[in-house]
Amino acid sequence: MTQFKLSTDNAFAGLRVALTGGTSGLGLALLRALRKRGADVAFVARRAELVARTAAAHPGSHGIAGDVADKHQIHPIALQLNAALGGVDLLIHNASSLGPVPLRPLADTECEDFEAALATNLLGPFRLTRALLGALAASAREGRPAAVLHIGSDAAITPYEGWGAYGASKAAARHMAAIWDAELAASGIRVFERDPGDMDTPLHALAVPDADPASLQPPALAAEALLDWLAGTWLNKPGLSAKASNNTTLTETAR
Amino acid sequence: MKPAHSPVQRPADARLLEIDVHGRMHHHARSALPQLLRAGDLLVANDAATLPASLKGVHGRTGQPIEVRLAGRSSLAVDAVRDFSAVVFGAGDHRMRTEDRPPPPPLEPGDVLLLGPSQDVLRARVRRLLDHPRLIALRFEGVPDAIWAGIARHGRPVQYSHVQQPLALWDSWTRIAALPVAFEPPSAGFMLDWSMLERLRERGIGFATLTHAAGLSSTGDPALDARLPLDEPYRIPASTVHALQRTRAAGGRIVALGTTVTRALEHAAEHALESARPGQPVAGLPIQAGEGLATNRLSRHSPLRVVDGLVSGTHEPGTSHHALLGAFAGTATLARMDAALETGGYRGHEYGDSVLLWRAQQLSAPAQRPAEPAVLLHT
Repeated sequence: MTQFKLSTDNAFAGLRVALTGGTSGLGLALLRALRKRGADVAFVARRAELVARTAAAHPGSHGIAGDVADKHQIHPIALQLNAALGGVDLLIHNASSLGPVPLRPLADTECEDFEAALATNLLGPFRLTRALLGALAASAREGRPAAVLHIGSDAAITPYEGWGAYGASKAAARHMAAIWDAELAASGIRVFERDPGDMDTPLHALAVPDADPASLQPPALAAEALLDWLAGTWLNKPGLSAKASNNTTLTETAR
Repeated sequence: MKPAHSPVQRPADARLLEIDVHGRMHHHARSALPQLLRAGDLLVANDAATLPASLKGVHGRTGQPIEVRLAGRSSLAVDAVRDFSAVVFGAGDHRMRTEDRPPPPPLEPGDVLLLGPSQDVLRARVRRLLDHPRLIALRFEGVPDAIWAGIARHGRPVQYSHVQQPLALWDSWTRIAALPVAFEPPSAGFMLDWSMLERLRERGIGFATLTHAAGLSSTGDPALDARLPLDEPYRIPASTVHALQRTRAAGGRIVALGTTVTRALEHAAEHALESARPGQPVAGLPIQAGEGLATNRLSRHSPLRVVDGLVSGTHEPGTSHHALLGAFAGTATLARMDAALETGGYRGHEYGDSVLLWRAQQLSAPAQRPAEPAVLLHT
């Protein structure tokens, strides 16, 4: 039986984390940082070969091939995440689509491209949160932490010209996260959205091909900063899971 | 009873027949369940997600088409995913009545079963036959992650001919579905949604869960059906044990949402009583947190040590689920219930209407359920 213990020095040890993306950019950096801190991680990405390679390079992690933008894959993905981890305490929506590249004004954005960005950045996270809500609520009932983290963007707040599909979908996801958070508070589940800042990632290179990588944050640092923030805001918060249970430590005896 | 033909989990007109402790019948809208419970009561649900347990493929030795329905597993541990018991059918699909499905080709230990599309196949081997040409112990090949991926990608929910349209996995998951360990949906839980959970909370009614690997409800083969339910592993979290004990101590009623919950709770209590040392005091509800294997069959001869009320689908007389109702009410009451369901036009099967059956007053002999700390004497 998995034992979970809240500890101030390493809040992530034993935490069961489901991560979308995970084979490149911030997702890969999060996978490394989470494993380094002792979390159990299962990640989902589209390219089966790269998923297998990444999982093999990070022993103890679980790689799942799938596309969160496809509604028919959501439940099979949720099933595998749950099965690999034996439950889910933290779901990180990291996988993201920039929409049509090179970036272009909304007036030149095809509806299908806009829909595709919404599918990856908004509907996928909505569906996957819903499919894993039972697992997250089970964690909360058992006195474990339970949360969802949406990786955000300043494009969700500032209307950058040319970033219409991406910015609109990220803004919607940010608002959805806030509503989820309010609605799920009574179930002991938190839902966050956090902007990691501009990073030297494949997504940023697609959006701004001539950006100087030296001016951008390495994703490894951004990942550490995100986890530190989560630890401070959520995991080490006294009384965090008090709504669900008075016990912060779950101990069970297997018969 | 007419079956519900469409996989709608919460039809607006879903109904609930309540049978009170005196055997009286009351007709309700199913959405009224929170009003039928009191502050201090505890509703316990099964949070198992449903596996896509039906896998189509080919029998390696003969090349014949087969359908494998995973039916049982001895543990809920996530890496214990190699060994299953399974029911094997020959050609055909769910649109054919299970009773009419042809048998599989003769199966022998060592036979290879190739499941899913040939370019992404999930391989299994027959380990042995379990005293029946259709029931086997099988072992999947590969590492646990690959086995889970194969089941997730190639499996379909087990379904029966009363629902013709192919079920999607989401049709078989309750709103609270978590660990994917059930072979058929714990369908009593279909009535739950997050709004109902909120209404329970507002009314001061507790909500807790256990995880129980609900097995196949029917195989179409009388000899096999007589062996149902197979042994089913379950896990009761420590938080649920605390909730049960608090509820019992405060005089609240424990209501099981589903026959699987009833089976698990009563098995856990029976197990705790059996393993208690003679003379050892057993306070309140003797249930331990952790994993167990339900081998019990509840019937009119079974004492209920934990469950005061059962919310369940409607069940046909003669099935193991119907027999379990006998633990709650006498034969005459159940006959009146069956008649009320029939004449009232209640819908049957997993997407159908529901009953709320309270343990009949005359069945609650105090000796069977120690409410106060008691001393067990083994004779």
